[in-house]
Amino acid sequence: MPKHQLDPNKWVDLYSDYLFNFTIVRVSDVEIAKDLISETFLAGLKSKDNFKGEASERTWLISILKRKIIDHYRKINSKKGKAEVRMSYNDEESEGDWLEERVSDPFDRTAEDTMENEELGLAILNCLGTLNEKQATIFKMKTIDNFDTEAICNEYNITASNLWVIIHRARKAMADCLEKTWL
Amino acid sequence: MKCEEAGHVCDKNQYKEASFKERVKLAIHLIYCGACRKYSFNNNKLTKAFKKSDLKTISKEDKNTLKDKLHQEMSK
Repeated sequence: MPKHQLDPNKWVDLYSDYLFNFTIVRVSDVEIAKDLISETFLAGLKSKDNFKGEASERTWLISILKRKIIDHYRKINSKKGKAEVRMSYNDEESEGDWLEERVSDPFDRTAEDTMENEELGLAILNCLGTLNEKQATIFKMKTIDNFDTEAICNEYNITASNLWVIIHRARKAMADCLEKTWL
Repeated sequence: MKCEEAGHVCDKNQYKEASFKERVKLAIHLIYCGACRKYSFNNNKLTKAFKKSDLKTISKEDKNTLKDKLHQEMSK
């Protein structure tokens, strides 16, 4: 009896945000990221009989997505020459100051920061997965998408104090979940 | 101010929705209430973590498009 089972009906609600954030740091284009996720879901559906139940659904989908991302890079790399880095320090205007420009900047930690922030982001999404669905949706709308309190209340037909109770519980659960590793 | 209210104001403050008066009352409450101080501390960190992680979500419309595609494929 396999431990994990696939339920494609829930994939979009459960995993699309997680996959999206995983993709966006790698391809940095929203439209391409969405396409890759859509392809991933469809590929997952096609090969769902190969799922042995050893990994969780999400891990399995991520492994498909990784292959899709690699394929994407292969495709854009086949247009050779575009990925080449050209430095032209030979023109007269910039003569004399190129050495300084090439010194490494110790305060530029962009790559490391990005990696750390990505891990943090995925950890947050992980914890969001432990909240119940309504709580998670409303909390995401408020915190990530910055919707107005009023807009959310209208959409879900709840009062402002209902909303704040939901937010309070969600924040507490999130803080507990993230406390050990990240806060 | 009671702890319950302090927690509520602290939550609102994370979204810049607490009034000046509320913020002053919260600050006074925090001086003598250790439990709320801890909650407030963690709450602020949570907000910072969200800012730092720069998370994105897929919009509802796009999610519905994804669902439609998936359902179409499933009914084949």
